[in-house]
Amino acid sequence: MSEALLEVEDLRVGFAAGGLEVRAVDGVSFSVAPGNTLAIIGESGSGKTVSCRAIMGLLPSGANINGSARLRGTELIGLSDSEMRKHRGSDMAMVFQDPARSLNPTIRVGLQIAEAIRTHHTVSKREAQTQAVELLRLVRIPAAERRFHEYPHQLSGGMRQRVMIAMALACRPKLLIADEATTALDVTTQAQIMELLLDLQEELDMALIMISHDLGLAASYADEVIVMYAGKIVEQAPAAQLFGAGGAVRMRYTRALLDAIPHMERPAHAELPIVGGRPPDPTALPPGCSFAPRCHHAQDDCREKVPALAEHAPGHRWACWHPCENGGAA
Amino acid sequence: MTVPQQNATPAGEPLLSARDVVQEFVVRERGGAKAGVVQAVSSVSFDVMPGETVGIVGETGSGKSTLARAILQSPRPKSGSVVFRGTELTKLRGRQLLQARRNMQFVFQDPFGSLDPKWRVRSIVEEPLIAYHVGNRASRRKRVDELLDIVGLDPARYAKRHPRELSGGQAQRVAIARAVALEPSLLICDEAVSSLDVLIQAQVLNVFERLRKDLGLSYVFIAHDLALVKQVSDRVAVMYLGKLCETGPGESVYRKPLHPYTRGLLDSIPSTEPGAARASATVKGEPPSPINPPSGCRFRTRCPRATDLCADEEPLPRELAPGHLVACHFPLTEAAPAAAANGEAQGTAQNTAAAGTAQPTTSKAVS
Repeated sequence: MSEALLEVEDLRVGFAAGGLEVRAVDGVSFSVAPGNTLAIIGESGSGKTVSCRAIMGLLPSGANINGSARLRGTELIGLSDSEMRKHRGSDMAMVFQDPARSLNPTIRVGLQIAEAIRTHHTVSKREAQTQAVELLRLVRIPAAERRFHEYPHQLSGGMRQRVMIAMALACRPKLLIADEATTALDVTTQAQIMELLLDLQEELDMALIMISHDLGLAASYADEVIVMYAGKIVEQAPAAQLFGAGGAVRMRYTRALLDAIPHMERPAHAELPIVGGRPPDPTALPPGCSFAPRCHHAQDDCREKVPALAEHAPGHRWACWHPCENGGAA
Repeated sequence: MTVPQQNATPAGEPLLSARDVVQEFVVRERGGAKAGVVQAVSSVSFDVMPGETVGIVGETGSGKSTLARAILQSPRPKSGSVVFRGTELTKLRGRQLLQARRNMQFVFQDPFGSLDPKWRVRSIVEEPLIAYHVGNRASRRKRVDELLDIVGLDPARYAKRHPRELSGGQAQRVAIARAVALEPSLLICDEAVSSLDVLIQAQVLNVFERLRKDLGLSYVFIAHDLALVKQVSDRVAVMYLGKLCETGPGESVYRKPLHPYTRGLLDSIPSTEPGAARASATVKGEPPSPINPPSGCRFRTRCPRATDLCADEEPLPRELAPGHLVACHFPLTEAAPAAAANGEAQGTAQNTAAAGTAQPTTSKAVS
């Protein structure tokens, strides 16, 4: 692996809520190399979005952020808003789940893209508009000149997401974070947008972090996969090592996620292996492994000591006292 | 797959039979001038046998939710017939319709949107019992406890809660408890688990399966997630732009899809098998507007196999395998198309079946 583009070390994010500190992200470390795709997987509330928003400097001022995140050697945590703004957009950009809510409904989409360009570069309005049309072409929007003059409501969900991607790419960032960017889209549109993102990644030599709840998406499109639970990374490995025939999932939570996915190969009406309960309350985390209360294999040590995330096999890190053997589909 | 039922329809008769259901909405310009007609559901027919689960898959705007609501007569379909347990629903009004609908219940996507936030769980589940004058206060109380138990919620813990004190999965289970309170024979689930996290989704799906076994429930299960639909359904119907393009037994539709659209949908699903991954976006472009749907086959504008015939003539459903119907002039099958009269179409059906990438020999790709 070449020199890392983004290096995150021991990132911690807490929010004050009624006198208690809610630890949303608890000691997360990872790195992304240029041109690579990292998937961060987890359920709602696992801390995947908060981690990335902390890196982007998009959390509310009440958030208590500790640790380090370096983009090409520059420390991002603790930067002032104005310093952060120099990086955000130009070095790194983010695409969100709901393009309808991220776009201004009263402004033509082309002008919104042109505005994004002029925020970062001192170019004339006309020049910005020419670049905006080029960006629309870059994200494969047919009849870009015509679409430039349309309002967000005139575009389909897939088109709007393309516009958001165009805007994010306005300054050719080195890192693009896609936060559930295809979750609200139909499968055929999702496939189109993912293909587009991977094509653009190659063209622009970008690193891509995709945040998703969908392990299938991670398996299909990512190089490296991180699974988060209750604010911590519980397993991390190259996608090829985790999934498929030779795959070896070790952490019990990852296994449970994989087993719960509806599967074409299963006969109709098959009973699904289920995990009861729900993720722990972040203000009252259990003393041991956070997943222990829901885990079928939890033993006494799981409930007492927190398992550390350690590299047990080359490139494969997991945090579990009693990991699955041989991928353990049981 | 038929399960005996306490209040069943005559043997061999479908529980629900929809014939040529059409639903259209007029779009008006500012000022009220007619701008067009959205052909949301166009001549859709299907049956649900007692104890059977029929899955309907389709993308946003394919009309699957509109179809479900047309079955429920809310709003009433523009034309066509919906026969439920031997009764024609489209002719019923007022109280008669209410009585007929008692045996047909709905579960929607957003549980919080369908549960009154000011009510407690007990009142929410009890409401249908009161509305249909079932039992007295004491027996209803007992019944609510039973119902919460069926969906896996401890009545002692949850009956007094408000919806906001529940997680998404718990709230959806309350909605299910309410839906089965009157012992319906049919449950229509419209994206009922789509907004739930995958572990919670599995819990709710198991609740559906248990109800099917224990109460002999039939389901119409509507979702955009094909794998999900496959898992719960005996038969699957694929909907595109207001029409059913393929229906058949679940296994048959997934293993040997006959319609190019079904094939495309299947190829678009991200899989946890890396080998099967990255089917490079097999369905190109976006669905056309339902206001002026394409002539002939509605999928032809995105279909790699489309020819002039597809534009001129609408393909009618044909049965190419037992119980497996497809509405396509050039289905993905090795056997020569039954409509051999189409002359030049002959050659096209030879190649394909296994490889979704196969190109028909005589047809030219349209955009």
